[in-house]
Amino acid sequence: MNARPVPSARQSKSLLEVSDLEVEFRTDEGTVHAVDGVSFDMSDGEVLSIVGESGSGKSVTAMTILGLTRGPNARISGSVRYHGKELTDASSEELQEIRGDRIAMVFQDPMSSFNPVQRIGDQIVEAIRAHRDVSDEEAHRTAVESLSSVGIPDAKTRARHYPFEYSGGMRQRAMIAMALALEPALLIADEPSTALDVTIQAQILELLRQLNEERGLSVILITHDLGVVAEIADRVMVMYAGQIVEQGSLDEIFYDPQHPYTWGLMGSLTRLDQPPPERLPQIAGAPPSLLAPPTGCHFRPRCPHAFGKCIEQPALEQRLPTARGHLDRCWLEPSEKKEKREVEGRIGLEAPA
Amino acid sequence: MAKGEPLLEVSHLVKHFPIKQGILIDREVASVRAVDDVSLVLHEGETLGLVGESGSGKSTLCRTILQLIEPTSGSVKYGGRELVGVSRRDLRPVRREIQMIFQDPYASLNPRKRVGEIIGDPIQLHGLGSGQELRRTVQELMDRVGLSPEHYNRYPHEFSGGQRQRIGIARALSLRPKLIIADEPVSALDVSIQAQIINLLEDLQDEFGLSYIFVAHDLGVVRHVSDRIAVMYLGKLVERSPGPVLYERPIHPYSVALLSAVPIPDPKANAARNPIVLEGDIPSAVDPPSACRFHTRCPWATEICSRDEPPLAEYESGQAAACHHPRNVDSRMIAGATVAPDSPESATDVLPAQTEREPAATR
Repeated sequence: MNARPVPSARQSKSLLEVSDLEVEFRTDEGTVHAVDGVSFDMSDGEVLSIVGESGSGKSVTAMTILGLTRGPNARISGSVRYHGKELTDASSEELQEIRGDRIAMVFQDPMSSFNPVQRIGDQIVEAIRAHRDVSDEEAHRTAVESLSSVGIPDAKTRARHYPFEYSGGMRQRAMIAMALALEPALLIADEPSTALDVTIQAQILELLRQLNEERGLSVILITHDLGVVAEIADRVMVMYAGQIVEQGSLDEIFYDPQHPYTWGLMGSLTRLDQPPPERLPQIAGAPPSLLAPPTGCHFRPRCPHAFGKCIEQPALEQRLPTARGHLDRCWLEPSEKKEKREVEGRIGLEAPA
Repeated sequence: MAKGEPLLEVSHLVKHFPIKQGILIDREVASVRAVDDVSLVLHEGETLGLVGESGSGKSTLCRTILQLIEPTSGSVKYGGRELVGVSRRDLRPVRREIQMIFQDPYASLNPRKRVGEIIGDPIQLHGLGSGQELRRTVQELMDRVGLSPEHYNRYPHEFSGGQRQRIGIARALSLRPKLIIADEPVSALDVSIQAQIINLLEDLQDEFGLSYIFVAHDLGVVRHVSDRIAVMYLGKLVERSPGPVLYERPIHPYSVALLSAVPIPDPKANAARNPIVLEGDIPSAVDPPSACRFHTRCPWATEICSRDEPPLAEYESGQAAACHHPRNVDSRMIAGATVAPDSPESATDVLPAQTEREPAATR
């Protein structure tokens, strides 16, 4: 049911292939359908951005790739392949080999991601020695090099410091240094700059871009900030209520968005390079509960353009004749969309009547 | 209050937190200079945006204005009345008129209280209503902020983040305040919800004639709501400006850098911009850099910046900035600059015109 962006013949060359991924958690209140049929491919050296609000399933998707959502109350189906190797049924040992070594992850909150009572350098050394048979001195050298490569001044001294002696921006750099110490092919960054101040955010994004350009590092960047996306992504996936509602190249998503939710996201932004609108366009309502997502199109209850057909769930597929790889889940005709998304001279979601 | 007098007048406000050490006798070994000689004015019905990075002193300034933290020195006048040094009892009527909305709607509501109590308690505590009448007032408030009045008996955990922020707003409104201090009221919310809350705050301002101090690190949000904006860095006020002008022609290099660091959600426009990436982090407020506190990170800093603290210089554009090397000003503006009457007491009176040797830079 879910279209794949890349034809199957090329799939073995993909760095990562996720297909029809479903993640459910049983809770006291019922089953949470966190991820509902997510499929995408990633090639080497690509920066893929997953955009969505809280509860859209973007973090659960990323964590499931690394097997971090496994648990007695979780049901995971579908497939995640890394260089052709299936990860959903890999043993914990196999996963541990890949985790940190081939695919690394950095989290939003650099304060709580480090062990507070161990020196930063020692934590990186531990990660290195868990994967590589090297001496303590050698691992230490790598750790210091790694810290220095992410722009930590006086890395040798800094490696001996504890996390509390680092500032927020430095801790996030150190987190990235740890993630990169083993030279992984793929970095999953979950809101890496959200907890940071704008001037520090600019530094971290600059660093990620450099790593992507110089080392060919592939990045999955999870964020809710479309400014960050515009800064760094090659391709964008927009998620809503556990599903991908639109995916395409950076330009396709920003200049020819096909899904009303994407329009809403764009419309509610305040842009510093344009005069501010009189009133901020807003998306009515709130994201749905994942215990019982709406039937049909999940965005239907909040969508001013919903019509009869929306009671049926639209598939994620190519709906524009020309743009291959630009997929969306909306029943509206592409020609209608062009008209409907124009709100006061910019892309947006019109206010409900 | 005399006509034309500001609603709130903060002058030379200082808050230093002492750092104490010692076993038997606590000696003060140093202090965190969280707010260092800041002066601000807020008029009725106006919104003052307060921006700056973490550690710049925004939140301390807000709490000091409310007298939740006792200032080290300086004065806060509300409607012409001095608040600093006033007893708790005498502050009570003023507290009714100044309310606060907090960043984290999860942490600022008592999880064991029903929404009706949360919103109604301030009314009851100030003896402004009880019983059926109180219930009606609360339900009206709930309706006004976009909550369903039937949810009167629900608990905070039954609400989403955006709805919880609405509860916080209803609580702040319950005493019919004149001034609301909103400390990052939307930064914990999703983008689509942020717009709803900002629109609500603007509607309420029109309806009740409220004044806001709006603290946020999101410069887009601040521009949208503010009439005037104050930029803080490491406890100091570095620039004060009418809202729109700050975004077109920021004068202080820190404002320039801050604005340029925000990515634009448009790939082409974003690629075209030339951001100034500041080196390093905000320094420690325990031992702040000498003279101009921004000189360690400023791309335009010269020797004078570490020697003489620049005064708050007022320009004809209505802006005021504390900088020896102002940006986006021409020689005429520099020549017309004057030292602001409320410039920090520790600052020199060396205006930019007297220091700038090269022709004034216009970016």
